Amino acid sequence: MPAKTKPGAILRVWGILFLFIALKAAGNLSLAWGMKHFPLVMSANPIPYIQAMFNPFVALGVVALILALLIRMALLSLADLSYVLPVTAVGYVIAAFMGKTFLSEVVSGQRWLGTILIFAGAALVSSTAPSTTGSQAK
Amino acid sequence: MKWILVTLMVVATVLSDLLQSHEMKRAGRQSVDARGLMRLLREIARRRFLILAIGCMAVSFFSFMALVQTEPLSFAVPASATSFVLETLLAKVVLRERIGMRRAVGAGIVLCGVILVGG
Repeated sequence: MPAKTKPGAILRVWGILFLFIALKAAGNLSLAWGMKHFPLVMSANPIPYIQAMFNPFVALGVVALILALLIRMALLSLADLSYVLPVTAVGYVIAAFMGKTFLSEVVSGQRWLGTILIFAGAALVSSTAPSTTGSQAK
Repeated sequence: MKWILVTLMVVATVLSDLLQSHEMKRAGRQSVDARGLMRLLREIARRRFLILAIGCMAVSFFSFMALVQTEPLSFAVPASATSFVLETLLAKVVLRERIGMRRAVGAGIVLCGVILVGG
């Protein structure tokens, strides 16, 4: 984001960021819940994947993830990628939290540590200032 | 099986990103208004690598579906971050981008995290 941005615009970006993170987390959770309760086992055969799409939780998950993708595109038109990506990397930690809370998954100390490292590493990779085609064209 | 699905998901994601990056650089600057999105759709239909990129995205998503069916969400989502490592590697080797120390260290930390998450 530019250095001098109006407080209202910052709030708007944070609001959209929050919406993106929430939709992505809810989409992943709904998809995981639906898939875990889907009776057919997934294989190389594409038919069960299509059948799974008709499961309400899987369908809800897919819709939420598509919405999250569209919101992310809109977000990238308001804020820099190097600002958006490190913040959204918190999604890895949220996924572990969601799994533990709503899917009763056992998350060991080692897995928490790994997740925190992934969050930190992803934020570090993403915060690298990207070179743009615009600067190459000069 | 879980690592096969993770590999399939990550390779498909990275391939899709690389194909999109390669083709969109050739397509030139795009806008995100209604006319721009229509132009983008025409570009997708015209450029076979972009169609292949969408196919890779579908493979990645189906792999994720299969992964979350049998593996915990607390493993599946963090494991997908392996794409940062492969992307950094391929950006250097295939796209010949300059990789800074910060990005290289970040990718290394992600790799350590994935090993711990999967262990």
